[in-house]
Amino acid sequence: MDWVNAIVQGTLLGGLYALFAAGLSLIFGVMRLVNIAHGDLIVMAAYLGLTVTATVGLHPLAALAIVVPAMALIGYVLQRGLLNQTLGEDLLPPLLVTFGLSVILQNGLLEVYTADPQKMDAGALETASIAMGGLTLGVLPVLTFAIAVAVIWALQWTFYHTAVGRAFRAVSDNQDIAQLMGLNRRHVFGLAMALALGVTAIAGILLGIRTSFDPSIGGGRLIFGFEAVIIGGLGNLWGTLAGGVILGIAQTVGAKIDPGFQILAGHLAFLIILAIRPNGLFPRIAA
Amino acid sequence: MSLQNYSVTRSSKAARVAAVLGALCVILLISAPWWAGRAEMRLLGELFLYLALASLWNLMAGYAGLVSVGQQAFVGFGGYMLFALTMFGGLHPFAAIALAGVLGALVSVPVAVLIFRLRGAYFAIGTWVIAEVFRLGFAQVSALGGGSGSSLPMAIVKSLASKRDMREALSYWLALGAAVLVVTCVYLFLRSRQGLALTAIRDNELAAKSLGIDIWRTKFTVYVVTSALTAMIGALIFLQKLRISPDAAFSVNDWTAFVIFIVVIGGIGTIEGPIIGTLVFFALRETLADLGTIYLIVLGIVAIVVMLKAPKGIWGLIRTRFDLQLFPLGYRVIAPKDDKEA
Repeated sequence: MDWVNAIVQGTLLGGLYALFAAGLSLIFGVMRLVNIAHGDLIVMAAYLGLTVTATVGLHPLAALAIVVPAMALIGYVLQRGLLNQTLGEDLLPPLLVTFGLSVILQNGLLEVYTADPQKMDAGALETASIAMGGLTLGVLPVLTFAIAVAVIWALQWTFYHTAVGRAFRAVSDNQDIAQLMGLNRRHVFGLAMALALGVTAIAGILLGIRTSFDPSIGGGRLIFGFEAVIIGGLGNLWGTLAGGVILGIAQTVGAKIDPGFQILAGHLAFLIILAIRPNGLFPRIAA
Repeated sequence: MSLQNYSVTRSSKAARVAAVLGALCVILLISAPWWAGRAEMRLLGELFLYLALASLWNLMAGYAGLVSVGQQAFVGFGGYMLFALTMFGGLHPFAAIALAGVLGALVSVPVAVLIFRLRGAYFAIGTWVIAEVFRLGFAQVSALGGGSGSSLPMAIVKSLASKRDMREALSYWLALGAAVLVVTCVYLFLRSRQGLALTAIRDNELAAKSLGIDIWRTKFTVYVVTSALTAMIGALIFLQKLRISPDAAFSVNDWTAFVIFIVVIGGIGTIEGPIIGTLVFFALRETLADLGTIYLIVLGIVAIVVMLKAPKGIWGLIRTRFDLQLFPLGYRVIAPKDDKEA
């Protein structure tokens, strides 16, 4: 039963990792940009949530109503003000600029919020649990997983059933022709980044309720999200959810073997999948 | 006017002058233990090791297109090998440094086979995962102090030289030697046939492939050689520090972020760039380091601005302005003098 429990808890944890990954997957799909600062943006969203809950006195989940639009706005401005300038044939500029951004964000957060670990207080939600068939499930992990499924469903729906989604797919297929058809790709990229950081905001708040965080943990979150994307296969959002779940299960099962082995087990699972299925489990587009 | 009057040459007056000045500089630096203070020597030693790391990263990212953010994997690996081989293998530190390079090369082979499956930016994050695996792996080894790390026993330190002055001079010369060796190796490599292939790949991968260059193997060679040398530099770094821990050994900030900033600011894809970048980086650090996190923010902003406004860095600006090349790689055609009147 312990093992079943580890697998169930890992699956729920995978929901959080899928949320880390969804934004990464989305912007890669639309503009082939890999944002090294993604993890630091997740942490920044958590800190924004902390500030909102502390000053306005809102429940962390209610703070989403402020943090999501704020992060989306930051995303749009960031894309149009900075990242659009880096896009092109050359791989180096986006990589190095987002790497620089990551260092700036991390140290900026350190300057404003200090290195002390922080946590958001979500009251009874943190400890509430439900008993199911001999297992005890935390309400928060179940809620996180449900949110992850809903977010990925919503992104999928946006991609295939809305005008914005059509614009995303058009610039993804061919930027120049999309431009000729009257789409402003700079604006479309801005919208994609806004959507991605909106999802990042949800991920950040849920992270901040679940565990304590400090400015240095961004890199680790980026890596988890990245692993979920690669395991699931590039360009496939449902695959990303599956990737997150596999990563989560590998970690909880690893932790069951030896507590010091948790994160390492996740990385090893990723490397094994990379060795046997280099394109991930459910690839849709080639890198 | 005949074609025979034209000559093709690699060298130039500027390059010859630079070579002489460079040699004089190296001689002056070799003699530093007789004229420099203890603090200056420490700083210079650190500068040389950063120069070596930056030149190696530049060879990978600027020439082979392998943008790694995980070179700390090999810095830390080399450092840990120095400790393990001297403490448990009973080797002399010099032998341990050499062997760390060999082991670094061996370890990099399976790593390369695995992460070369990732392309572009995903390759970059893949290298970071490898570095994390190394960090978490070494943290599990309780003989090396686990998560809290360990210090190099005094007996091993004394085996280098019994007197402290002599040890410090030795460690300084090792760092200087490493920097000169790495820069020379990179230069000679780029002038060789392999280096030409590498430059061709950088300029146009498809065209290079159609000329029969084995792209995978060329990149693989660069990755393995760079990893071996990076591991040796890592061993030297921790021979200076005398203490190692997983977080210090596999720090992404210390061994990758700073190195990337050095190369980007100095000029990526040039041999001169990392040298200039290292000087600028240390000048900034010595003047702004008291500002702590603000200093890092400034460094990040400078790197972003350079990347966007002057993608070839400080050296790129100098080169286009004065048509200089201190480490001549390309050939140029020299027209005969009397042609100008004709």
